[in-house]
Amino acid sequence: MKNYKNKIEKLMFAAFILVGLTTFVACSDDDDPPAPVNEEEVITTMNITLVATGATTITLQSQDLDGDGPNAPTISVSGDLIANTSYSGTIELLNETESPAEDITEEVEEEADEHQFFFVTTGAINQTDYTDQDGDGNPIGIDFTLTTSDAGSATLQVTLRHEPKKPNDGTLADAGGETDITQTFNLTVQ
Amino acid sequence: MKKFAFMLFLLCIVGSGFAQNCESILLGQVIDFHDNTPLEGATILITGTQDTTVTKSDGKFRFEGLCDGVLELEIFHPDCKSQFITITIEGDTFKKVSLEHHLEELQEVNVVGDLVRKETNSASEQALNLKTIEQFSGKSIGDALREIAGVSSLNTGSNIVKPSIHGLNGSRVLILNDGVRMQDMEWGEEHAPNIDINGSGSISVIKGAAALQYGGDAIGGVILVSPQKPIKKDSLFGKILLNAISNGRGGNISSELSKTYENGWFANGQASFKRLGDREAPDYILSNTGVKEIGVKLNVGKQLFDWGWKANYSFFDAELAILRASHIGNVDDLIRSINSGQPQVIDPFSYDINAPRQEVTHHIASLGMYKRFQGLGKWNVQYDFQNNRRFEYDIRVGDDRNTAAIDLELTTHTFTTNFKWDANSKYIITSGLLTRFQDNFANPATGVRRLIPDYQKFDFGGFLIAEFDLNENLVLDGGLRYDFNRIDAQKFYLESRWIERGYNTEFESLVINDLGTQLLTNPKFDYHNFSATAGFQYAPDSSTNFRFNIALAQRAPNPSELFSDGLHHSAARIELGDLRISSETSKKVSLSQSKDFDSWGYSIEPYANFISDFILLEPTGVEFTIRGAFPVWTYRQTKARLVGVDFTGYTNLHTNWKTRHSFSLVKGKDITENEALIQIPAVNFGNTITFMRPQWYDFEIGLSSMLDFRQNEFPPNITIFSPEQQREVALEINTTPKGYHLLALNAKMAFSVFGNTTLTASVSAENLLNTNYRAYLNRQRYFADDLGRNVSLQLKLNY
Repeated sequence: MKNYKNKIEKLMFAAFILVGLTTFVACSDDDDPPAPVNEEEVITTMNITLVATGATTITLQSQDLDGDGPNAPTISVSGDLIANTSYSGTIELLNETESPAEDITEEVEEEADEHQFFFVTTGAINQTDYTDQDGDGNPIGIDFTLTTSDAGSATLQVTLRHEPKKPNDGTLADAGGETDITQTFNLTVQ
Repeated sequence: MKKFAFMLFLLCIVGSGFAQNCESILLGQVIDFHDNTPLEGATILITGTQDTTVTKSDGKFRFEGLCDGVLELEIFHPDCKSQFITITIEGDTFKKVSLEHHLEELQEVNVVGDLVRKETNSASEQALNLKTIEQFSGKSIGDALREIAGVSSLNTGSNIVKPSIHGLNGSRVLILNDGVRMQDMEWGEEHAPNIDINGSGSISVIKGAAALQYGGDAIGGVILVSPQKPIKKDSLFGKILLNAISNGRGGNISSELSKTYENGWFANGQASFKRLGDREAPDYILSNTGVKEIGVKLNVGKQLFDWGWKANYSFFDAELAILRASHIGNVDDLIRSINSGQPQVIDPFSYDINAPRQEVTHHIASLGMYKRFQGLGKWNVQYDFQNNRRFEYDIRVGDDRNTAAIDLELTTHTFTTNFKWDANSKYIITSGLLTRFQDNFANPATGVRRLIPDYQKFDFGGFLIAEFDLNENLVLDGGLRYDFNRIDAQKFYLESRWIERGYNTEFESLVINDLGTQLLTNPKFDYHNFSATAGFQYAPDSSTNFRFNIALAQRAPNPSELFSDGLHHSAARIELGDLRISSETSKKVSLSQSKDFDSWGYSIEPYANFISDFILLEPTGVEFTIRGAFPVWTYRQTKARLVGVDFTGYTNLHTNWKTRHSFSLVKGKDITENEALIQIPAVNFGNTITFMRPQWYDFEIGLSSMLDFRQNEFPPNITIFSPEQQREVALEINTTPKGYHLLALNAKMAFSVFGNTTLTASVSAENLLNTNYRAYLNRQRYFADDLGRNVSLQLKLNY
């Protein structure tokens, strides 16, 4: 009995030392470098094209190439809008961290019932109107019209909400959901 | 049967004895197994006869007029386990008997009920017994620990409860689950310990770093979760616990079965399952707050006095839904949530666990053994393996809808050994070594830049602790520990972040690959940490206890503090670590005085903790992205001071009435910035009155009141530019919610049903008055009220 017990004890200790040793031998470095992650959902760029007959086409751009990185987006407005004019607008969303750039607008179109652009204006803009609809007949805002009033300065804030309440009363507060993009452009109407 | 056979055998001897020499003398000595010192006052009985004798101061005893042959002796000592030995008498015989005089092993055997052995002599310690643990069996370990004065929790809703000791949490609180230090990504504020409370028999909390055997970095403290200790006798027993919970419309079940043998073998299995749907605040459903948890624990081993081994496997899986309304897009959403005072999403009740959610699994396998050396001490060795997998699912669009945004796998191997010299009754010295290897793998398949990088970590530690019994009333203890940590990470940085952090000048050599917009870097850092403790315990009489301890502890930064970098979607914040962060050093002084009178008692524990290079995470500003502005939370180091006091008191004024009181206060100050520290628990005051009447089937009813004051000391809020409002606004991100008072009721009765089986039924109601409140240390306080009334029914069957 005593011998038997001693044998078990010895075996156990031997097993221990073995396990201990193999653990640390087995844990040698594997130096395969990890694969980089290039985020797919990132929207780096929003291009808004405003077209009106007889007027120069205006592009508004917000571009943030480092995505969630520390650099703030750069905003550019190609020129001034003309007073008392109805522009038809189109929004394009891009992921420019990929080459060629990925068109995110398509994803928004595919899931139109879960997305909506909202336009909030101040100053010399009369109104904005939706000119597109999702499958349920609710507005999306990829296509819209913008009507300027008399000359002056204006701001246009464009917000894309994900999973907003649809239909809603057109305000951000009522729509809820999460913001995928939001950008405010300072414009001049002359 | 054995005894009967032996008696028969004895009779045979006696029968045949007439013809024999019955003039023999048996001379013996009883000695302590550990230190070979003689034991006085041991009673020796020759079984089957009335002959007894008692050992003298030299441990010797003597029987005269014995017949030659085989005898059985039974040896009793008040402090020892009785021992039977057989000896052969052939003329005058001398026999040395070593007896297990130290109570430790026996206590280990006895710890089934309320008795919990203290882990240190001089530090502030408190424990939860099995009764309290069972009361919280439908909840989390963090909820149960709040019963201890000085322990609070940092919550993310009600599912994720992170224990906090004396205002400190995360990597500063070590959790030992059945001897295994949990490696479950404790660095994250929304990472709860991966432990099922139902697998534990007792939970002790050491408030501070004094228990050096477990680690040198326990600046907050140590939580020891221990299973029920096996009993060394033949028995089979089990337990089934069932909870029905109204708030969440679900419940849990836990079942446990243990088999033990007289010869030291034991086996134990335990499993539990929990399922709850959406919880409810007093005024609305907290949409997407369900939970599903599975816990399994298996133990097998053999415990003898001089050696033993134990193998353990445990599995924990939790799927935790995170309040839908807490998932926000950007700082304007946060402002809107804070201002509206109502969750932005309230859906009808559901059991579904949707995004945002977490799924974590944790496996532990451990093998440990000990051997005792006579006259020397006890040697322990343990190997443990842990695997922790964490998925965090955010609300995502397109093809990634069902892809986790965080997918980490942390694998840890640990080997520890220690030797405890307990042969001398005046002092005990324990010395040990630790080696650990850890590998973290961050799966790139998430399609989201890694918040925590791939890394490998090597730890090596050694300690020496000692306790001296100076005299009957005074025990000194002290210890030293050294830990080496090496972290070797492979991390991608956005080039813009690398420059913004200023790493391009300081850490240029770490870059191993330039991928255009991203840089692959290989940070390799070594940390050398020293810790030390010293203190004493003075107990002039059995009802008074005074403890004093000073502890120095150092903690190396965790991966989150070093490497965090990026947008944490579920928290809608950018978290930034810093490669420059160094180890933090804490110097803590704690006192503890307790006194028990006939009908009342108290303990009071003041402490002061001075931490240099204290690492903290706090909101510092906003960063603008195309998605709007996000609050930035940055890790920084500062000089901090935490001063506080815990108080516990009780009365047993009448045989049927008892009361319990607890109070804790902690003040945290950032000395460098001269402002309050973030996330310091508010003053709280708890009182319970219980009526008991054992004659009525162990009837017990208790009413508890918990008063949480408002935390008036918090760091200043930040001012940020709101893109939506096109102006600077104050973001009330640090403002604390108002204080609150909650009542709870708990009643129970126990019935004995067929023979050995006991059925205990209890009913409890928490937040009895359905009070609306928000807790400062709940990260979801910006979005929704805390839980409303919850009524639960518990049935427990012991067999």
